[in-house]
Amino acid sequence: MSTSDRPARRPTAAATGRLPWQLLLPSFLAVALLALPVVGLLVRAPWSTLAQQVRDPEVLQALRLSLLTASTSTVVCLVLGTPVAWLLARSTLPGRRALRTLVTVPLILPPVVGGVALLTVFGRTGIVGGWVYEASGYRLPFTTAGVVVAQTFVAMPFLVLAVEGALRSADPRFDDVAATFGASRWQTFSRVTLPLALPGILSGAILAWARALGEFGATITFNGSFPGTTRTMPSAVYNALNTDFDAAILLSLILLVVSVAILALLRERWLIGAVS
Amino acid sequence: MSGLEAHLVTSRGSFTVDVELRVGAGEVVSVLGPNGSGKTTVLRMLAGLLPLTSGHIRIGAVTIEEPARGLRSPAQSRGVGLVPQESLLFPHLRVRDQVAFGPRHRGSSRGESRQEADGWLGRTGLSELAARRPAELSGGQARRVAIARALAARPGLLLLDEPLAALDVRAVLELRSFLRRHLADFDGPTVLVTHDALDALVLADRLVVLDRGRVVQAGAPRDVAAHPRSHHVAALVGLNLVQGTAQGRVVTVSAQQQVEVVTADEHDGAVFCSFRPTAVAVYACAPSGSPRNVWRGEITGMTPYGDAVRLEIGGRLPLLADVTATAVAELGLAPGSTVWSTVKATDLDVYPV
Repeated sequence: MSTSDRPARRPTAAATGRLPWQLLLPSFLAVALLALPVVGLLVRAPWSTLAQQVRDPEVLQALRLSLLTASTSTVVCLVLGTPVAWLLARSTLPGRRALRTLVTVPLILPPVVGGVALLTVFGRTGIVGGWVYEASGYRLPFTTAGVVVAQTFVAMPFLVLAVEGALRSADPRFDDVAATFGASRWQTFSRVTLPLALPGILSGAILAWARALGEFGATITFNGSFPGTTRTMPSAVYNALNTDFDAAILLSLILLVVSVAILALLRERWLIGAVS
Repeated sequence: MSGLEAHLVTSRGSFTVDVELRVGAGEVVSVLGPNGSGKTTVLRMLAGLLPLTSGHIRIGAVTIEEPARGLRSPAQSRGVGLVPQESLLFPHLRVRDQVAFGPRHRGSSRGESRQEADGWLGRTGLSELAARRPAELSGGQARRVAIARALAARPGLLLLDEPLAALDVRAVLELRSFLRRHLADFDGPTVLVTHDALDALVLADRLVVLDRGRVVQAGAPRDVAAHPRSHHVAALVGLNLVQGTAQGRVVTVSAQQQVEVVTADEHDGAVFCSFRPTAVAVYACAPSGSPRNVWRGEITGMTPYGDAVRLEIGGRLPLLADVTATAVAELGLAPGSTVWSTVKATDLDVYPV
């Protein structure tokens, strides 16, 4: 995208004077509310036993499971969600509004409700799950695959909406030009539209990944919390909370550090590279 | 290579475009007209980006589109080479891949299409830019790459949409000679859309002038420039144009019933009269004596024009007049001044509508 597509730098108001307290005070309260819990984590962290607890195999297991499931569900979101975003942004399919509403349902649905809803479909007695269980003896809930499904369910809307926005802002005239040079619709999508929307797709993927990594409600409702198979980091935090508050703080810190580190790394490596 | 023969009809709301176009192999036809005259619509129809509502498009014996027979080949299989407005280079592709895009999608392998691209970059003198991205090109360079990209697709029909618009003066000069050279080498039909008369006159073998979706004039650039049939073309080539009805030596102007123009020869029926701004003499008070074409008006604009000053004179017969700077000073001319303009009958070029 050329620089001319970006909005020009906004002119700053020259009017001086004191900042209005009506805006300052709420801003201060908001920042305090957002920042203080992080400070709390750092202050209350069991720093003395930290090194020992970090090497705890159960912690590592949960961390590995979280990273694996969040990454897998992000890939699933990309593969399934990008086409939906294209349909919403570029096609003249009837009922696109209804489709968009449908896609955004998990955004407003409480995750626990999402988990219950998933059980009604994929549970052992669910609409689809019951049939599959009868036929093959396979059940999705309480498996690692079930965790991926629950995370995909809650993360997909983030990806679809971000990618739809990116596709909308990619100039459709490039699609026309590609077509005149003999590119089929699929070639136009994969070689022109997709690369143009890449920065938006990457930020959508990162949003989805972060949402999947933090997913708790739907995951625990749909899959329970079994060490090694379904106990992701958020579940492990919740589990530790009942027995050992220090451990809960520690797990929270690890989750925080890992997700912030990975997001920062991706920002450096991909986002900046893709934009410039 | 075969020529293009098209009758392009489309309607959108109250706006209808209905244009017949014939372009021989190796011929460059320029579609000229003011904004909103349907030029770009014509190009989009030819490229397959906008369906015809009726009419047809044929290249040689092959019908590409004919709604009456249910024929329409999609844009991707038409084999056109499009140089779109503002170049529209794919922002994520380097120049080499940009130019290889056409060959790549017409069946060449990645390696072959890159070789073809390198060949075209060499022929168009752009080899040095091969590894650049569009963001690293100047406006003029981007246009040249867009032209090379279109030629590399080995099109059966070349379409250029305002290839010289929105560039600085030097870039336009360079690009114009670049276009002249490479359009001459292209052996298929070329349609070039422009609103600039100079581009059309320099680059085209034939002009088609559009106004409100219709062809108002078609012909060799020299004839169109000498005998304009629309105010747009007249303004572009710098001529005054009056349309009216002739009876003997008197032409009654269509737009203003009470204004008459006296001609040197006898004519009959609807005619155009054109005359050069330099043929207009301007007086600060009503002249007496021989000239019979005298019109009163008011100066609405003054601009330096070469070593003269071009006056825009409003009134019942709006016209342009070129006068010397000395005359402007001597007559004390300024915007708002009332003046009398005269033209000798022998300076009028009269031709039937």
